[in-house]
Amino acid sequence: MEFLSTVIAGISLGSIYALIALGYTMVYGIAKMLNFAHGDVIMVGAFMMFTALTKTSLPPIACIIIGTVICTVLGMLIEKIAYKPLRSATSLSVLITAIGVSYFLQNSAQLIFGAGTKQFTPLFGNGSISLFEGQVVISHNTIVTIAISVVLMIVLTLFINKTKTGRAMLAVSEDKGAAQLMGINVNKTISITFAIGSALAAIAGALLCSSYPILSPTTGAMPGIKAFTAAVFGGIGSIPGAMIGGILLGLIENLSKVYISTQLSDAIVFGILIIILLVKPTGILGKKISEKV
Amino acid sequence: MKNFKKVLAVVMAVALIVTCFAACGGNDKPDTDATLKIGVTGPLTGDYAQYGLAVKYGAELAAAEINAAGGINGMQIEILAEDDVAAPEGAQNGYNALIDDGMKLSLGSVTSGACAAFLGEAKKDNMFMLTASATAVEAIDGDNAFRVCFSDPAQGTVSADYIADNKLASKVAVIYDSSDAYSTGIFEKFDAQAKVKGLNVVAKESFTKNTKTDFSAQIQAVKTSGAELLFLPIYYSEASLILSQAKTAGLDVIFFGCDGLDGILGMDNFDKTLAEGVMLLTPFTPTATDERTQNFVKNFTAKYDKAYLNQFGADAYDAIYIIKAAMEKANVTADMDASAMCDALKVAMTQITFTGVTGTDITWGADGEPVKKPIAVKIVNGEYIVM
Amino acid sequence: MSLLKSNKKIVSNTKNNIVTYAILLGFFAFAFIWAQTGEMPRKIQNLLVPLCVYSILAVSLNLVVGVLGDLSLGHAGFMCIGAYTGAVFTNIFETVIPNDFIRFGLALVIGGIFAAIFGFIICIPVLRLKGDYLAIVTLAFGEIIKNILNIVYLGVDSEGLKMSIDGTSYNDMLLDDGQTIIKGAMGITGTSRDANFIIAFVLLFVTVMASLNLINSRTGRAVMAIRDNSIAAQTIGINISKYKLIVFTIASFFAGIAGVLFSHNMNSFSASGFDYNTSILILVYVVLGGIGSIRGSVVAAIILYALPELLREVGEYRMLFYAILLIVMMIVNNNEKINDMKKSFMLKFKKNKTVSEGGKN
Repeated sequence: MEFLSTVIAGISLGSIYALIALGYTMVYGIAKMLNFAHGDVIMVGAFMMFTALTKTSLPPIACIIIGTVICTVLGMLIEKIAYKPLRSATSLSVLITAIGVSYFLQNSAQLIFGAGTKQFTPLFGNGSISLFEGQVVISHNTIVTIAISVVLMIVLTLFINKTKTGRAMLAVSEDKGAAQLMGINVNKTISITFAIGSALAAIAGALLCSSYPILSPTTGAMPGIKAFTAAVFGGIGSIPGAMIGGILLGLIENLSKVYISTQLSDAIVFGILIIILLVKPTGILGKKISEKV
Repeated sequence: MKNFKKVLAVVMAVALIVTCFAACGGNDKPDTDATLKIGVTGPLTGDYAQYGLAVKYGAELAAAEINAAGGINGMQIEILAEDDVAAPEGAQNGYNALIDDGMKLSLGSVTSGACAAFLGEAKKDNMFMLTASATAVEAIDGDNAFRVCFSDPAQGTVSADYIADNKLASKVAVIYDSSDAYSTGIFEKFDAQAKVKGLNVVAKESFTKNTKTDFSAQIQAVKTSGAELLFLPIYYSEASLILSQAKTAGLDVIFFGCDGLDGILGMDNFDKTLAEGVMLLTPFTPTATDERTQNFVKNFTAKYDKAYLNQFGADAYDAIYIIKAAMEKANVTADMDASAMCDALKVAMTQITFTGVTGTDITWGADGEPVKKPIAVKIVNGEYIVM
Repeated sequence: MSLLKSNKKIVSNTKNNIVTYAILLGFFAFAFIWAQTGEMPRKIQNLLVPLCVYSILAVSLNLVVGVLGDLSLGHAGFMCIGAYTGAVFTNIFETVIPNDFIRFGLALVIGGIFAAIFGFIICIPVLRLKGDYLAIVTLAFGEIIKNILNIVYLGVDSEGLKMSIDGTSYNDMLLDDGQTIIKGAMGITGTSRDANFIIAFVLLFVTVMASLNLINSRTGRAVMAIRDNSIAAQTIGINISKYKLIVFTIASFFAGIAGVLFSHNMNSFSASGFDYNTSILILVYVVLGGIGSIRGSVVAAIILYALPELLREVGEYRMLFYAILLIVMMIVNNNEKINDMKKSFMLKFKKNKTVSEGGKN
């Protein structure tokens, strides 16, 4: 029973990591950059939803939509202002800019909303289901989190493989120059990628803060770096890889806490990660890069 | 592109040097300035900003009140606060910036590790230091250093004593932050004292800064251990998460915390039913009916966000009044330099008896530790009730 | 003809290096004289050692990122190893070796060697990995080191060294005459503060010298060949693993030295200060200073470390300003128009110079 509840909690945490990792991996695939500000977009989304929830009487679903729309616009703005001028620069230069953006978002949030921790009202209620005479308790939030994550992943996969825009994204990630020659608007495609990634981040923010209901300007930092880890773990650039990586990371984290040690949980999680990468040097589903001479 | 970088570097270096000189220019102000500058470093940005800002605001409130009433020995006072992001390095840099700005007395730093680094510098200069909230033993390891709050060992020992003496439970579990000095400091002494008092510590669970979101594993372990009481020597942000996850998991135990838990009721949008029945040892209760506390709470909330109203702010508020009392006792005057003030205050601190919002009849030993009685409170109907 | 060309290159290398040393010595002379006048503000005096520490870190990381071409996000981990081993050594031998200078020298060597050993060990698995996978593994190692050191208790008493990862049982183990050195999350407090600006500067100078010599040596050329095209390098018989190990080990050694300096400049430090954020901070210096440019790393580290300190004037907006400056600097640095303007300007400048030089000849 303990095992079952641990696994469920792990999957719930992991699916949030997975949603965030999707944003990382999509942006990486297309712009070849590590967007370290991605975690902070989650925080901004959560703050928007929090403000909408507490300051207006809108239903939760409307608050989620408001937060998502604002984040989408924010993601595109960040891309336009901070990353686009660096299109021709090295990926490391863009990485540094992303760190600048991350500092900027965190500190702006502190100046606007204050540094105090806020309690987030779970968007899907506080209820729970208990199984096996109360030995396994699953909250509604966990169920909704897992369900929404699965739906979003399916929608995203369909979007990328079936729609024109999605295929344009694939083409750009494959070869920017060739895509341009085929008449694909590269700038627009990159902008759309940031929009989708940020929208996913906002939804991940809603799920994260509903399951773990606190909110502060640094809320996004830790999940952000975990999701980055998950994205690399799954094979960076690969969408199913990000999903698997995220869920596995959540599972490993929770299982190691229960069965090995809580004190050493970081060391164990990262240790397992290293071992897996040694066996599969390009992540679980990463493409083998064949080097040309 | 390389060349451009070179030029950029030169331009920036020039800018840097100019700023340095500009900073120097500021320092040439005569020292005869009648205002007494009291410096403090703390996390004003980043993860722990809420605690640093609370200290800053508490101290500023007390300074404003004192100034309105005529100052200390005729001196007006000013609080200088520098950001240290809770890091030792930041505290050391902040300390030296404060010296440049004319600091003569200090409130140390807000967090333990940073405060120990602050002290390292303060000892060299013989700068008086009264920290509001740094709890580690090392944070005041010097004859120039005192503190307002309880130390880690004191909190750990007192908590175990309280639980055993009041027979709250015999099987106890702990969840602490193994990456935080405050939390591990209390936990260690609690664990040792629990053994002495015959308490059975059935689960010792921890988390780190990297894993402070999901506590289901720890809560599950506490549940299976059959503990009757869960001791939480942690800060309130994480505690609120544990409380809400424990509720979902159906964990039914007594929750017992230390002063880090104070402030939980002030969290924006906090669901107070979560904290129902939580007990904590804290020096400060905002609902206390005495006039001092009432005034403090009224004035603080009038000026600042109520999210910062917690024991950090209260300790800092008291710290300024303690400095006032000690300065009046030692008859410190404006013409004394920082070292002379420190020598006078060192002696005066052990002679005064202080009553403030964080305790009554507090006295200090030469080791810098306050002697005061902790207050145990229980949260009932969303309010602190003194036990 | 080709001989002449390569000869010219060596000359320009030497010239380049001389400029670097001149900048370093200029920085030292400026700071030293300023400090001697007694006019230097305390906050600048206090920054001198950290500036050297971060410059050493940036230079050594540049060896990995710029010269070898591998992205490392765990540099702070090596600094952490150096800081801990150095401080532990100093605390144990504080009474045995009363001479500060000798003891600190030994601490530096030991800290550097320990960090180098870890660098070597960590590099072995890393050899198989590339790009972001390598980055994440270095990040993971950094976090593991931090996590473990955060819960370690180490003390010394009349029976010898005592160590545990459980604070309570450690306290039971340690005899009354014992002295705690590492105290879990509190880290190490009260290390003798042996670091000063002159020692720090000498170490920075040595680091820069060693790095430049490495780059201009046969080894350095092999390493850069690996960076530019590893397959081509392999075909001409360059042993990739060997050179990767060399660079990682050297970079870790210097990071360890920086760690020892860091720990002997502060009354208290703990493992949580050496997280991935610190590693990223060092990476920022490297990238902004110019990848592969040793001199750039030093200049960028000095400017960017001092910047938030000088921004204290703006109070709570400090980090916001820092963030904006960071973004603007990156954008300006990579703006094609500005770069073109620069290039044409430098070209004119160079032409004039060659003309005048030609005239002299």
